[in-house]
Amino acid sequence: MQQTVEFHARADKALHNPQIRSNFRYAMDGLMYKRKISFPDLDELNLLRLRSAEIRANSLSNLPELLEQLEARCNENGIQVHWAETAEEANGIVLGIMNRHNAKLLIKGKSMVSEEMELNHYLEQQGIECLESDLGEYILQLAGEPPSHIVAPAIHKSRQQIAQLFKEKFPDIPYTDDVDTLTRNARDILRRKFYEAPVGLSGVNFAVAETGTICLIENEGNGRMCTTAPAVHIAVTGIEKVVEKLSDIPPLLSILPRSATGQHITTYFNMITSPRKPDEKDGPEEVHLVLLDNGRSRIYQDEELITTLRCIRCGACMNHCPIYTRIGGHAYGTTIPGPIGSILEPQKAGLDQHGDLPTASTLCGACAEVCPVRIPIPNLLNRLRFERVRQDQTGVTRGQGSQRDPWEARIWKGWSWMHANPAIYRLGISLATSLRGLLPKRVGAWTSVRSAPRLAAKSLHTLAREKGFDHE
Amino acid sequence: MSDARSNILGRLRAGKPDLPAAATPTQIPLASWDTQGRVEQFRNKMESVRAEVHVTPRDSWLDLLRRLVAEKQISNLLYAPDGPLGDALSQAWKSQDQSPLIARTAAVDEWKEELFFNVGGAVTSTRWGIAETGTLVLWPTPEEPRSFSLVPPVHFAILQARDIHDTFADLVEQESWHQGMPTNALLISGPSKTADIEQTLAYGVHGPIELIIIVIAENNAFPVT
Amino acid sequence: MSLRTTYPKLPGRVYFFGTCLVDMLYPEAGLAGMQLIRREGVEVFFPRNQTCCGQPAWNSGYRDEARKVASAQMACFPQDYPIVVPSGSCAGMLRHHYPELFSGTPQHNAALAFSERVFELTEFLSQVLKIELSDLGKPVKVALHVSCSARREMGVAGEHQALLQQLKNVELVEPGRKEECCGFGGTFAVKHAQISAAMVEEKATELVATGADALVSGDCGCLMNITGHLDYRKENLPGDHIASFLWERTNATDS
Repeated sequence: MQQTVEFHARADKALHNPQIRSNFRYAMDGLMYKRKISFPDLDELNLLRLRSAEIRANSLSNLPELLEQLEARCNENGIQVHWAETAEEANGIVLGIMNRHNAKLLIKGKSMVSEEMELNHYLEQQGIECLESDLGEYILQLAGEPPSHIVAPAIHKSRQQIAQLFKEKFPDIPYTDDVDTLTRNARDILRRKFYEAPVGLSGVNFAVAETGTICLIENEGNGRMCTTAPAVHIAVTGIEKVVEKLSDIPPLLSILPRSATGQHITTYFNMITSPRKPDEKDGPEEVHLVLLDNGRSRIYQDEELITTLRCIRCGACMNHCPIYTRIGGHAYGTTIPGPIGSILEPQKAGLDQHGDLPTASTLCGACAEVCPVRIPIPNLLNRLRFERVRQDQTGVTRGQGSQRDPWEARIWKGWSWMHANPAIYRLGISLATSLRGLLPKRVGAWTSVRSAPRLAAKSLHTLAREKGFDHE
Repeated sequence: MSDARSNILGRLRAGKPDLPAAATPTQIPLASWDTQGRVEQFRNKMESVRAEVHVTPRDSWLDLLRRLVAEKQISNLLYAPDGPLGDALSQAWKSQDQSPLIARTAAVDEWKEELFFNVGGAVTSTRWGIAETGTLVLWPTPEEPRSFSLVPPVHFAILQARDIHDTFADLVEQESWHQGMPTNALLISGPSKTADIEQTLAYGVHGPIELIIIVIAENNAFPVT
Repeated sequence: MSLRTTYPKLPGRVYFFGTCLVDMLYPEAGLAGMQLIRREGVEVFFPRNQTCCGQPAWNSGYRDEARKVASAQMACFPQDYPIVVPSGSCAGMLRHHYPELFSGTPQHNAALAFSERVFELTEFLSQVLKIELSDLGKPVKVALHVSCSARREMGVAGEHQALLQQLKNVELVEPGRKEECCGFGGTFAVKHAQISAAMVEEKATELVATGADALVSGDCGCLMNITGHLDYRKENLPGDHIASFLWERTNATDS
């Protein structure tokens, strides 16, 4: 199928790119190590994961009520809430706000949802400049590339590549690959933009229904800038990010930075509950919250697949994934890559669009082991493998059955018949073992890097009988 | 009521899962320290991310602040004349000081250019601290708006040792945050930083490049730096 | 189902589920497993109608087909004896996924009861038999590869290590990045051959770097994958299933 060909092409390209291989290996090893040492007490980690999973499961169990409560609290506090079923609707809402203010520049904090919306491209087509302010995202914007990791977006780029990029885009600034100088240069360039921008955009890490509070996690300060300096702040989020109570926040704040990068906490945790009040001296006059569905309410319908929506976007799963480490983020061809991307994106866009991703895993379980909210990712990957080939259409997943191949289906039917019929199986085995000398030495892709497996002269069934194990 | 809203809520209601609620929430054991331990934990965590921490008795924090401002050659120091530190600072600042105090009470929009490009540092009070993670908690006010702790390249934060709580969970509960959140509540745990270039830590990105915290001890029991 | 925290008392009799890979490619490992148990005075019964746990179809999304095979397997092990499996992967399938496979069907309770009786081999030897091993072999340096299923699904990495550590002439080493998957993943090795190749290349390099004389693993899928690649690279690092290795080291061959 076409998408299989495309996925393989992208994966192969990455596998044969020494820069990608070494950048990701180095970066993932580092992130895994940092996470590990940030959780020295495994009992504490276990309890924290249980609690975090409970909090997120509770959010999902009560999602419609919590969204209504969030909206009500936000409205009371002066935050305007908008609902969008699709990315296009959400883009339209942002554009509407920009137009009402005759704004031609939007400065953005880091937001994966805005990537999902392809907001930058949309606004640029409307003649609006959309500027990334997170350093990693800014670098990628200069390079014209999408992020390859949800927390460390420019992880695929080397220092020299970034230095070269800065030199190209800012010829007046002397070339440097010193990280501190590069960072300082970026600070100076973006400072003027924070000063000028009429509208700022952010994502949302958590939205608290109890108090109508938008919570943002960051290290650089650009998120605070985007939500403080401009006169208008627009926050975009998926509908699943709401949590019930303020007391739900400390456990999540405790586990997310450590799971993501091994930090005990991020530099800033920014909690926004209203626009500037009449006596206040700074902050946006208008705050908007855009709630985006874009396929989430459909995932919500299935009791097993709903756990996909617990995700708090820490990135630990991809940091620990041996497939992600080797092919990098771009190969997945989705906004969110890695293990969570492989279950989320096919469900949002359809198994007909990303039907290969659930198979691009050995189900090793490294992801589930580190997921702070205990999403059973391998189980969900397996479930999507069923959904992609199911014959009836009674599931909820978009594109169900679209990957069913009649040949493959026949092979499994035959396999099943043989293995459910012991006499046929034993006959098959004895034929294979007696003909083993005639078996090909080259068995497709297996033998391109391995010698062919050798069938034994006598099967275990035979040996068991010979040694008296086959009767009670 | 928009179509999108009713459609989304309608779909969610239709698909609401039949999941049992957790019987009792899992209890997380929370760390705790004695008063001195809290200050030490706070300091250790802050210093691990290149914040500067000074613990000082009440009667000497102003001198310490003036000394630090002079040593670091801060060009000028923004402060809130009507804020909790206002009177103390106004009175303590001697006219022969190299770095003048800048008092601003107007809305930031009126002096935005100065704020962004001509302010060397700012000093603010803080509402609480958190020991476990080495965190300052600010609830910005009309007198001390959030820009003070964000825009100038250096932030001096004045924290009372007695306002340091063990953990964020404790703070939220003990101070009943759920009863009313301010426009903006901030947890600040160091100077701004990034590791976006080759996973290498670089300090001073968009927020302050330097964070200096003066912890005011109640008496001379703490070791003073 | 969670990892076990308690183990039953020594049974008089157990079933042995050989697994299809062992049946066809590593039968000596299956035999060794049964002999190790029988040597401790426990009767071992290998029902001849067993074939395969059904995992290949299950992991490919062909659940009806997997269920037919699984149902046939359950029928082979009707008595309430423990079922010992020389594979973390197949044990995981029988123990954790059979209840899922039969969920919503009349066989669900039977599957739950069946799965309760499943033990991975090293788990059974260590925790139930409490086997004591005397090393009769020459000094050797052995690299251990624990499959992802053994490590995460069955939680038996410790049991693999403990058994090998009992052998006093065995120097046990583990490779760098030991927790990282070897890239087999069943049909993954075929469906995503290039990624699988990249994974087994790195795993093999780590194993060779230990300087070990031999490789031991509790899973034949991994063994086939890794030794197949080592052989292709003409590396001098032969591989054995842990059951074969333990039997060879502890069985007097003068008889």
